[in-house]
Parts: sequence; structure tokens; C-alpha cells
Amino acid sequence: MSEGVAIVGVAESDLGVTNQTILGLQTQAITRALEDAGLTLRDVDGLATSGISRFSATQLADWLGIQPRWTDSTFAGGSAYEMYVARAAQAIRAGQATTVVISFASNQRSARSRSLAGVIEDHTPEAQFETPYAPLYPISYYAMVAQRYLHEFGATREQLAEIAVAAREWALLNPKAFRYGAGPLTVEEVLAAPMISSPLTVADCCLVTDGGGAVVLTSSERARDLRTTPVEVLGYGERTTNTSMTAVDDLTASGAAGAVADALARAGLAIGDIDVIEVYDSFTITVALTLEALGVCGRGEALDFIQDGRIRPGGQLPLNTNGGGLSYCHPGQYGVLLLVEAVRQLRGECGPRQVAGARTALAHGTGGIFSTHATVVLGVDR
Amino acid sequence: MNLSSVPAPDAITAGWWEATREHRLTVQRCGACSRAQHPPRSVCIHCGRTDALRLDDAAGTGVVDSYTVVYRAPFPHVEVPYAIARVRLDEGVVCLTRLTGAEPDAWRIGDRVRVDWVDLPDGRALPVFVPASG
Repeated sequence: MSEGVAIVGVAESDLGVTNQTILGLQTQAITRALEDAGLTLRDVDGLATSGISRFSATQLADWLGIQPRWTDSTFAGGSAYEMYVARAAQAIRAGQATTVVISFASNQRSARSRSLAGVIEDHTPEAQFETPYAPLYPISYYAMVAQRYLHEFGATREQLAEIAVAAREWALLNPKAFRYGAGPLTVEEVLAAPMISSPLTVADCCLVTDGGGAVVLTSSERARDLRTTPVEVLGYGERTTNTSMTAVDDLTASGAAGAVADALARAGLAIGDIDVIEVYDSFTITVALTLEALGVCGRGEALDFIQDGRIRPGGQLPLNTNGGGLSYCHPGQYGVLLLVEAVRQLRGECGPRQVAGARTALAHGTGGIFSTHATVVLGVDR
Repeated sequence: MNLSSVPAPDAITAGWWEATREHRLTVQRCGACSRAQHPPRSVCIHCGRTDALRLDDAAGTGVVDSYTVVYRAPFPHVEVPYAIARVRLDEGVVCLTRLTGAEPDAWRIGDRVRVDWVDLPDGRALPVFVPASG
């Protein structure tokens, strides 16, 4: 069932190594997405973004020279963009805005702004009780999740590597992917890559690239008059679970399950009804837990489940069809690019990586250290 | 061990850090519902009370819930490799910590551990964990 709101424009900024500024990349993504929709900046009266500055949406509005009726800068890492879809749909339905742009961009590779230590503010409990031990943030948390997962379910690093191998197979079909043309990745190469925080090697970790994206939303009614195939928002859900590395009792149980369940219930769909799935692959282990939260397999079964190649191109479960954060692009908060790919799949624009006849898609963002979880279900009539 | 600098205690955590000067590991417990939590807060996350929280001495023993060996230094002064862990204290709460007293890659999930201390320049001490049998 549609929420009465549709995505009518999507775009990426330049990706990879751009030597551009954050606002320059934001502008690329936003103007390209509006052009895709056949709209202009004058039509935009709602803006949702983060990762620019303390006043992200305000900063962006100033930069674009607009004075929006509605903004959101909820800071929830890579899941924020799926949360923004929910809030934008609500704002549009409530009549608070007619045309909302959701965007993100980062120049973290060009600017060398990524730190292995992460950003932990001095006044937070984590600064006193976690940072003194020097965990990598967020990598060491995901590494502890992986270690616990492998221990608890008797799985292996070889099995986990299949997630990175499959992502590379998809990236080889996407000319915009950072690893397009890099050739296939093997399980042996994943295991032999430099260890960062055991059991995760650099090949288990997402890329560090520049990049950004934008999506444009409006009412389904107005969408019918625009030039693109409207991609309806069918449902959404979210959970917020932790900032510390010690709050979650069971490392192998993700808050994603609740977010996914809410989103599917709103959409009136079951996971088996979804044709294409885009999930945040910050690390290989993130995908394993998310697959289980999606309910495509049981707890502890994800790695056995995917060994037959089902998440690779041509497999039964098309997943991360652009190559994901592992092999396509990872600008620090990847969530908006999950939406861009889901929409393109539903419009049938993906060329060699197109999932034939895709009519429903699910995008799931994960932020922080399995801290925030947000799901969006999308669909087209065709 | 080259640990990162440790911020000063605040109004909520002062008692916890004060105990570390005597190498006492404490856990915050709610007198109303009897349940424990870590790190110390100004509210009980189990029952919501704000007026019954106290610090109890912990046994100082626990089990490795999970761990990771870090091979890339997050700060220039930190020597790698080292083992970061979630240790579940016998009181039930989970602490983030370092595992010392054994080679970093010798650790396993489920290992029994006991607290040890790294003295800080300001007189406080940072709890780390070593093999329980050591």
C-alpha cells in the first residue's frame, strides 16, 4: 500500500576521488536529481541532510539560496537517509512540504578526513569508559560482533568472505563502481588482505571514497504529472539501540529486525514479496546480521545460506546490486546511495546489473556501531 | 601499554574513578530494583529510578564476551597489536577493556579473566583484564 508519497528523482554526485568540496558534491547530486525529476531548486521546500556541519540542513539551504518550509538533520549515521524518507513522507502528507530533497555528500578520500579512531566527543561516557582502550571506531565493534558470530554459530571467515566476493561481482557490472574493472575478488584474497581488527581484514571493510547522492520526493498525486516513473514509498520502520560498545547484551542480535518488521507491516508485504534488496554493507558482518534481521533465513544461518551464490548477480536473492559500500562507493554515510540504487532498479535503468522485472525493493541503513537501523520499502506499478 | 588519554571524571562518574585510585572496581547498582549497569548513569535503565543508585565493589572477575585484535594504530603513539574486549563481569554488566598478560591472538571467547590495573599519571587507574588463572 502506498504512503501517498513517491520518489521522483535520484542522482549520484561524482564518486571516487573528486578533489571537490562537500557542498560542491552536494550541489552536483541535488541538481542532477532535480533534473532527473524535471524540477528545479525553486520547487524545493523541504530539505533533509547531515554530515555538512553542525547546522547541516541550514547550511545547505543557505548554500542553495532557499528558505525551506521543512528541514531535518537527524544525525544517525548511514541510516539517517532511510529515516528521512519516513519523515519526509509524513511532512508531505501533513502538507508541511510539497517537494523534499534528501541528500548527502562527502569528500573524505580527497580530504583524508577519515580517522581510524572515529569521533568521540570528550563529554560522552564513551570518552571515559571506551576510548582510553583505543578501539578502532567503528571497526573494532563490528569486529567483535563478527568474532562472536563466528564463535556462536560455528561459521568461518571463508564463509564471511563470500559477502565481499559477491559485492565485487556486482561492482564489475557497474561502471560507476570504484572497483569496476578491478577484476573478481576471491575468498583467498579477502582472507590474505591486511588484518585491521580481527577477524576483519581490509577486504571485509567498506571502501573509503568521496561521493554523494540525492533523492527527490513529492506526493504520489503530483508525481503522476512528472516525467519519471514514480517510485512509491510503501513502508518504513526504524530502531535506535546504542552508542556504547557495551550496551547491547547479545552482539549477534541487531535492532534491524524491528525496523524491517515495521516497514514490511506498513507496506503490507512479506520479505518474500521483495524483488531487490539494498542493505548497508559497512562490513561483511553487517550484511550477515542484516540478512537474518530481514528474515530471509534464521538466526545464525546467513553464512550457510549464501554459499550457493544466491546474493551474486543472477542469484535468487539480488543484494547490493551496485556493488555496495564494499566495492562501489562508500563516502562515510552510504544510506542515500541505497535509495538511489533501489529506485533505479525499480525504474529498470540498471543495464547489465538490472534485476529483471523488479517491482518491489527494500533499502536498509545501519548507522554508527549497529546503533541505528532504518528500513524503507519501495514499489512501482508496472 | 600506551593507552589513550583519559578525560577527567564528571559529577556522575567521580565515585567510580575515585575507587580506581585504590584499585577497586565498582559497579553501579540500583537499590530499588537491585539491578546493575555500566557505565554509571544518573538513572537506572532497568526501573527508571534516579534516587537509589550506588556503587558496589565488584568481584573483579568475568568472562570474555568477545574480543578483537587491533593491527592498525588509531593514534600514532599506540603500539599494535593489542586485544580489545567486551568482558562480562560476574555482576552481569559488560565493560569495554583491554586484555593483557597473554599474547593478543591467544585469547578466546569464554576465557575467564580477572581485573588488573594500569596506573594513570593523575593517580587514577584504568582497569584491564588478565587470565583468571595467571
